[in-house]
Formats: sequence, C-alpha cells, structure tokens
Amino acid sequence: MGILDDLQGPVLKANRALQLDTAFEATSETEKPEEISELLLQQMYEDMMLLRTFDKRSVGLQRAGRIGTYPPLAGQEACQVGSVLALRRQDFIFPTYRDYGAMMLHGVPMENILLYWNGRAEGCLIPPEVAVFPIAVPIATQLPHAAGAAWAAKLQGIDQVALGFFGDGASSEGDFHEAMNFAGVFELPVVFFCENNQYAISVPLHKQTAVPSIAMKAAAYGMEGVRVDGSDVIAVYRAVRRAVEKAVAGKGATLVEAMTYRYGPHTTSDDPSKYRSDDEVAVWKERDPIDRLGSQLRSWGFWDDHKQAALQSRIDETVANAIRIMESAPPPDPEDLFRHVYATMPARLRRQREELLATLQPNQEGLARG
Amino acid sequence: MAKKTLVQAVNDALRHALQANEKVVLLGEDIGRNGGVFRATDGLWGEFGDSRVIDTPLAEAGILGTSVGLAVNGMRPIPEIQFMGFIYPGFEQIVSHVARIRMRSRGRFTVPMVVRVPYGGRIRAPEIHSDSTEAYFAHTPGLIVVSPSNPYDAKGLLLAAVESEDPVIFLEPMRIYRAFRDEVPDDYYTVPLGQAAVVQSGTDVTVVTWGSLVRETLAVIRELEAEQGLQVELIDLRTLSPWDEDTVYRSVNKTGRAVIVHEAVLHAGLGAELAASISEACMLQLEAPVARVTGFDVPPPLFQLEDLHAPTPERIKLAITKVMTF
Repeated sequence: MGILDDLQGPVLKANRALQLDTAFEATSETEKPEEISELLLQQMYEDMMLLRTFDKRSVGLQRAGRIGTYPPLAGQEACQVGSVLALRRQDFIFPTYRDYGAMMLHGVPMENILLYWNGRAEGCLIPPEVAVFPIAVPIATQLPHAAGAAWAAKLQGIDQVALGFFGDGASSEGDFHEAMNFAGVFELPVVFFCENNQYAISVPLHKQTAVPSIAMKAAAYGMEGVRVDGSDVIAVYRAVRRAVEKAVAGKGATLVEAMTYRYGPHTTSDDPSKYRSDDEVAVWKERDPIDRLGSQLRSWGFWDDHKQAALQSRIDETVANAIRIMESAPPPDPEDLFRHVYATMPARLRRQREELLATLQPNQEGLARG
Repeated sequence: MAKKTLVQAVNDALRHALQANEKVVLLGEDIGRNGGVFRATDGLWGEFGDSRVIDTPLAEAGILGTSVGLAVNGMRPIPEIQFMGFIYPGFEQIVSHVARIRMRSRGRFTVPMVVRVPYGGRIRAPEIHSDSTEAYFAHTPGLIVVSPSNPYDAKGLLLAAVESEDPVIFLEPMRIYRAFRDEVPDDYYTVPLGQAAVVQSGTDVTVVTWGSLVRETLAVIRELEAEQGLQVELIDLRTLSPWDEDTVYRSVNKTGRAVIVHEAVLHAGLGAELAASISEACMLQLEAPVARVTGFDVPPPLFQLEDLHAPTPERIKLAITKVMTF
C-alpha cells in the first residue's frame, strides 16, 4: 500500500490568482445520491440554514454589545453539518471554539452557546446525555482528548467513535502530532476532522506547512487521510460516514480534511482586510455550501420558495427564542466563581467566598442572587 | 516626545531594538502582515521585512524552542506568545532550557531573548485569554520576569530586556494596552531591570503591586487619603523576579505595614513570597501582619464574573484599613 495513494478526494490544483497553494476542484452531485434519503438531504439544508442564521444574529449581538467576542463560522456550515450528521448520537465530539454549530446539532442547547459567548458560567453546561466535550480554546489540545475518549471506548468495548475537530493552524502544534500518533499506534476508533479554512488568523496555509495538504500528514501516522470539498455537504457526510464505519469495524483512525473558508473574521476582534482580499472572499462565496445544496435540492424537486420561506421563518423564531432565553437569564451569581473547582469546596475557598460576599454592596448582592 | 499608549510604546521599543541591532528578530503568530492581534508589531513587517519580523506556524513550543537555538547561535530573538493562556505548550522549553542553559552549560551558552506575553484579565476576552500566571515564571530560577505599568516604563524596560544577557519574560498588561497615554521620548532609552519604582511616598503603609493594578490601586489610595488622611507609599515592583528587595524593605521598615495587591490567585502567588520575605526582613518594624489582596483561588472565570475575581477597590480598601487598625 503506497502511503500517498491513500490520499483521496479532489485533485490538488494550484491557483495562482488566489495566492493559495491549496485551491482544488469543487465537487457537486448532479444526480440525487442513492444512499442518502430525501429527508436527510433536507435535514442537511435546514441545519446549514440554522447555523448561517444563528451566526448572522450572533455577529449582530456582538456588534451591539449584547454578547462578548465571537468567532463566526459562516462559510463552514457544510463541514459542521456534514460531519455531525454522519455520527450516531453516542459518538463523542471534541470541538474547537468555532464548532459551536456542531455542538448545537449534536444536542447542546442554542441558548447555552449564546450564554458561553456572553461570558456566563451557565453557558458551560452540556446536558448529561449529550456526547459533547467543552470547547477547547487552546489550539489542538482537544485532539489528544478525542484519541483518549476513543481509547476508552475501545478498552471498554463500547460502540462509540470520537471525533475531534481542528483547524489548519492546529496541525502545527505538538498536540496534533501526539494525538495522531497515539491513534495510529493504538488503532483507535477516532476521526480527526480538519476544517481547513485556509488561515490561522492571518497566516495562510502555505506559511503554516510546507506540504500542500493536511490530509497528507496522516501517512506519517499510518492512518488514512482523505480530502474533501468542505463546501459540499454531501461529500463531507460521505467521508465522515465512511470513517465512522471504519472505526466501528475496528479498522482504526481517519484524518478527514475539508477544504473550506471562513467568510468573516477570525473573531469579532479581528480585521481580515489586513491579510486577505475581497476578491478571494468572493471566489469562495461562489462555492457557498448552502446555495449549492439549495440548487441541488431544487433540481431534484425537493425544494421550492414556499419551503424556503417557511424554513427561514421557523429558524428565525428558534434563534430569537434562544436569544430571549439568554437575555432573560438572571444576573450572574458571584458564588459561581467558587462552585465546581473541587468535588468538595475546601475550607479556604469557603472563606474566600464569604470574604467576597461581605464586600458586595447589598443591592449588588441582591441582584446577583436574583 | 509624543503621547503614546502602552502598546504604542512597546511598538516603539521594538522598532528601536530592530534598528539598534541587526541580530534582533521578532517571531510569533500573526505578528507580521497582521501586525499582531494587539497591533504591538504594527508596521514593523513592512519596515524591516519578513526575515526580521516573522510570522511563524501556530506552535508555541516551536517558537520558544527555536528561539533557544537562535539565541545560542548569535541572534537576539524576541518571540511573542499571543496570550499568556497559550504559553503552556512552550512551558517545557522555558523551564527546562531557557531558564537553565547558562547553568547547564556552565556559562558556555546563554539565551538572551525576550519573551513578550500579553497577560491579565478584565478585557471581556474569551476563556483562557485572561491568565495571570507570573508566579510560574517567577518560581523558575534563571528567568527575569518584568511587567510594566505605564507606557514610559514599557518602552524603557523592554529595551533594557533586549540588552539583558539573561532571558526575560516580559508580561504586558492587556487591560492597559490602550487605557491611557503618557509622554514617551522618541529616543532610545532604558529603564533598569531589577528596580522597583516608588510611585508615591507615604509614611503610614506600604502597598506593593504591578502591571495594570498600579493605576487602579493609586486611585483607591487617593480616596483613602481624602477620606482618612492616610499617607500611603505605593511601590510598582516592575521587575517581578529577581525583585527589588532593598526598595521594598526600606519602605516597610519606614511604614511598618505592608499590603500586596495582585490579580493572580492567592495560593503560592508572588504575594506569598513577598509577604514571607518582608516578614523575615522587617519583623521588628512590622505593626501588623502583611496583607494580600489577590484573585481568589479559582480558575479565571468567564468574563461576566472576572471583575469580582480580581482585586476590587472595595477589597483593596478593606485590606489597607485592616492593616492600619490591626
């Protein structure tokens, strides 16, 4: 088996106009995929629309000072939707800070995501039955966790696959290498899913790595690397589905690289005009994952203007409702500073909690206690 | 002379450092074309080129580990770590190599480098962007740890750090990157490492702090002066390790009382070392136990509670009053 023969997916094609070493041929189905039901295709579309709408509203909330710094995901919907829909409920996901879309789709309430970006401890809550790990802010640190969770499933004979999300920049961190290596050595049921959005904040992929693809790196760990068009939700779904089936069958880990793009800034604190051109953004917007699936659904007779309008209004209501819940939360409770630091609060922390409460103004404390 | 913010003063110092010594290189994530996420390196990539102001791959161990190699082989690297909460992948390089090369090689090799790190909280940043873990570095012999509290010192201390033959962890308080402006001379100048600054003289009690809390503590002290007529001596430690024992002991021997204020957590924080040292050195002059006003012993919270985690004016005032009435 030639290791580089494992590299599948669209052919690499240099595109000098874009200044990207990583331009590639877009994929798109012309016929309805046989193995994917109409229902699931519509689900993909609806989920992508939900994430796009959530993202637009969240950026607006941040600009209005109603939430804190926020990392937009627009452009990457097909990656998060296609990968999560390919999982089973019990499969465990390990997100980065931009994967709150995947988190929601896998069961985290939308209002918790909003509370998190609004700096509220309550936003960290993940319902007990939901197989989602908290957002990892430090880059690549979630990948060893995903490998470890997959290892635990394997050791205990549990039918569960772990999926770790990461970006192109994360492939430079030591944790990436160590996670891949463990997954390879111990043949773990894990999927490493790279949303290669071409930039780590301002640094383009060709300055991040001297090889033209992240998927290629899988060869060094004895695992399969697959590259897909990350604006093609069907392609993402298929690649992850196949990786999950392989993991379930005891055939080890897969690295899936989805070629994508973030339309917006790295976070609302970032100004992308410093490092990329409007023309480049426009080229990627022509490959928009939602428009693409929308056209496909219409050409297959599964979608029309009436359905579109009904969906948009349903989604608007869902997002508005989550915002209402987030904004009607009682003021933050200062005692939350001290909760969940240890299983049992040490005397020292109890004393510090009392010290803090004693210094709060009566009205402040009253507010805080709701 | 122009009025500059702290981050502009840092930028100014880096420009001087690049001009003064062709061996100086800046390296880090997004510091080149983007000018740094806080714009600390704004304009330098265009001015000095991408072989002196270098966008690196996203890899803190790589940035700090290659800086060791650069430094031992003739260069003067100034690596930037984007936020203190992201320095830990490179912690091994700092603790096992940066801090020890001089001793491990019995003086043959040295690693003159300045690791610039934005630190501290209360800018409504996302999770893990608000760490104030200076004690990890102060706990590591072989490192010089510095934190400026104003634009003038930021430029002078940074240039002194670049001149230093020992590695410096240069902690830049994000909260005051743009909070106010100072007169900052255009010329090259240094502010000596290892010397604290007496911000205000007083005879009743000594308050020691650093970084963003110097200005906030001064405001509290002014209130106490107006309300209670207290004469408070405020010391800006500036160099956190090795710190200026003479200035601190001289002050406490005069006032007989000491309060230490820092944003980092209480337990095994730098305040513990200061308090123990003061207790040993000034025992016979002390009128009250040394007090500490610090972050609570919990992880830095998400931003809606971070103002309550850090020392508040109320808690600083309470500690000073307590020490005065002991």
